[in-house]
Amino acid sequence: MTDGSGSEPQGGEQSPGAEPPGDGSVRAVFDDMFGRIERSDVLIVATAMVAVYTLFTIFVLLRLGITTGTPNAIASAWRELTFLFAAYAMLALALNLHWGYTGLFNIGVAGFMAVGVYTMALLSTPADAISGQGLGLPLPIGVIGGMIAAALVGLVAAVPALRVRADYFAIVTLGLSEIIRLTLNSRTLSEWTLERFGFATGGGSGIDLPDRPTDALFDTAVGEALIELFVVEIGGEEVTLVAASVLRRFTWAVVMLAITVGFYWLLRRIGFSPFGRVLKSIREDELVAQSLGKDTRIFKIKVFMLGCALMGLAGILWQGSQGFVSPDSFRPIVTFYVFVAVIIGGSGSNTGSVIGALFFVSLLFLAPRRVGGIVDARLDLLDAPGTFAGAVDPLITVFNAEPMLAYAIDNISALQFILLGVVLILIVQYRPDGVMGHRTETAAAADLDRPNRGESDE
Amino acid sequence: MGIVERTLSSRPSTDTLVVGFVAVVGTVLLFDLLARFAAIEIPLFWGMTFGGRTTFVGFAGLLWSGIVVGLIFGLAGIGLSMTYSILNFANFSHGDLLTTGAFTGWGAALLVAGWGLADAGYLLTVRAGSGPGPTEIGASVVSAPVAVLIGALVAALLTIAAALVIDRTVYKPMRDRGGIPLLIASIGVALILRYVIQFVYGSRNRGVTSTEGVRRDVLGVSINLHDLSLVIVAVALMLAMHLLLQRTKLGKAMRAMADNKDLALVTGIPTERVVQATWILGAGLAGVSGYLYVLERGTAEFNIGWFLLLFIFAAVILGGIGSIYGAIAGGLVIGLVHEVSLIWLPSDFNAAAAFAIMILVLLYRPEGIFAGVSTA
Repeated sequence: MTDGSGSEPQGGEQSPGAEPPGDGSVRAVFDDMFGRIERSDVLIVATAMVAVYTLFTIFVLLRLGITTGTPNAIASAWRELTFLFAAYAMLALALNLHWGYTGLFNIGVAGFMAVGVYTMALLSTPADAISGQGLGLPLPIGVIGGMIAAALVGLVAAVPALRVRADYFAIVTLGLSEIIRLTLNSRTLSEWTLERFGFATGGGSGIDLPDRPTDALFDTAVGEALIELFVVEIGGEEVTLVAASVLRRFTWAVVMLAITVGFYWLLRRIGFSPFGRVLKSIREDELVAQSLGKDTRIFKIKVFMLGCALMGLAGILWQGSQGFVSPDSFRPIVTFYVFVAVIIGGSGSNTGSVIGALFFVSLLFLAPRRVGGIVDARLDLLDAPGTFAGAVDPLITVFNAEPMLAYAIDNISALQFILLGVVLILIVQYRPDGVMGHRTETAAAADLDRPNRGESDE
Repeated sequence: MGIVERTLSSRPSTDTLVVGFVAVVGTVLLFDLLARFAAIEIPLFWGMTFGGRTTFVGFAGLLWSGIVVGLIFGLAGIGLSMTYSILNFANFSHGDLLTTGAFTGWGAALLVAGWGLADAGYLLTVRAGSGPGPTEIGASVVSAPVAVLIGALVAALLTIAAALVIDRTVYKPMRDRGGIPLLIASIGVALILRYVIQFVYGSRNRGVTSTEGVRRDVLGVSINLHDLSLVIVAVALMLAMHLLLQRTKLGKAMRAMADNKDLALVTGIPTERVVQATWILGAGLAGVSGYLYVLERGTAEFNIGWFLLLFIFAAVILGGIGSIYGAIAGGLVIGLVHEVSLIWLPSDFNAAAAFAIMILVLLYRPEGIFAGVSTA
């Protein structure tokens, strides 16, 4: 900050720094969208993303080496990464609105997602689906209906629950999410609604979902041209570098990433609006907010409904985009995953939530399996023993650690959860504010920094 | 903050409304049950009926199984309630302490019962891999009572050891950090415990106990001896807890700490020692209840404790957090609701019914339905 313009009351419009106003309209629009503090944040997110995508490219190269299948494997790895990153970033942003901004400790995220996804499915799945029956309405109606339903369930939960203590609130929301999951899992209910109303959740066997809207693109000339783009001739042979199925799903992941940017923008606008300032004051000291004449209950209910609607939307974009969904996708562990993402990033920071989601998905969720695959492929280990006892025996009798290593690789998913638990504890103990939480996000819309202090994000 | 909360939460009108609602629903259900015994069925709307057919023997069977699971919830709930009131946080890893007890205890029990039948690794890991079946090993109170008893002791001891290590490494450094950070840490602990158990014991749902000759006729009533021993052990442990809290100095210190930590500290109560004692008692009971739960159902899986956690929370909340008698009573109520609700609800809704009761109590009577005297 060199010009000190931030001290002006209407600080939202002018372009900051050495940049003269009107120099680049793109820049001005960009600044208007993200604000000047966040420009460095965009850089942080971009750097982290480049690092993570490079890491996953290296993983694929280590696993496969360079063959004709490598580009497809890289695209597939990037697709998975982008898809899950966008999903968890959206959920983490919505949870951050609840927890980071307002202090509502909601551990029923999975339940609100389930309400969104299932409402969408019941409205938009065709009636002749193989599993589960919907009303076959157009997809936008289903999506909006899902968001509204999630918000309404949030309302029903919030009105009585907001007066109880934070830890009680946590148990209430967890109980609610389990009730929702068990209800969707019910075969009896599914048969009953089918008989009465003509739609059904399908119970434990799940429900079929409408196609992704982007899939229609691949039936057009544009889509075919896109597929053709990745078919090349090597030594007189036609080689498909990236398979059409990967391209289809990648396209959707990119759409999700774009929507994530929209989420970020929305939450940033909310955070800096008068509404958002009240939320932050509730988090810091509810009594003060009340003393200043704010009806904090109304604010909390509104923000809870909004966050639930966003969770419903995130659920639709994520679990609702895979052609099929079952209640098993909404176990409480999903909620804990989202929490880990928010905690890593630091609750209260939107950029932190995005970074947290990126680190969680890449380093904690996907990387262990990739590394396990590389070790498995490269080290040419023995067949893993079937049991822990079979792995310990050679270790203590002949000091042979190889069976134990093979067993660990074989059971990498368990180790991954253990790692997740350890990370969670370490962060809460040593870095309770997360990676980005140490930064103070000022409530004021105007820049309060003294001039000549430089643009630092520390 | 306190004043505001009080004005918001204690509105007598809602309270009477809720009490009235509960009374009406209870009366309707009671009459419905009586109609069922009399085999009266009156059709209502939407295919629902008033009354129906339920035999008295069937109802008694549901009551009995409700008491059995209720005692498990209550016994495990004592520990959860104690850590909640003395350490001031909702311990989400409590369910996985139950699993810890179940697997370590049954490993020991199978080792003793099946000594020589299979290699020690197979038995200690509770039949991970392939080997003789549960009937061949014969771990039951009939054929190997000593093994079952040793198993229970091992379950208690190793769960206590695990809890003390966890407290020292995880919770002690953050003793004064408030409920939510501790709650988050306990979710981390829960994940670690559950998946260490999965790593060591495998993820298969396996049969553990032998049921041969376990069902006996006692005074003309067919009774499962495993259920019976569960009831006896659980009641004995609950009595022991009652005596410990009421008659010993440690009990008095624990009650004082649950009541007011700062006051306890200035009175000269060694709070750290009391915290340790809390973990020893709470984890010991959790380990034994996990062990007994497997005795009752005969099979074990790495996530049984996690599935029980919400029920245990429901029991503790129902009885009022901090009261061990409340936890026991709440456990019985939740157990009975879980089983007896099967008369009216399809079996995929009885768990939801128990959770719904928990939520309603938390919202409208957060001090628990038996509140009034907080004894321990």
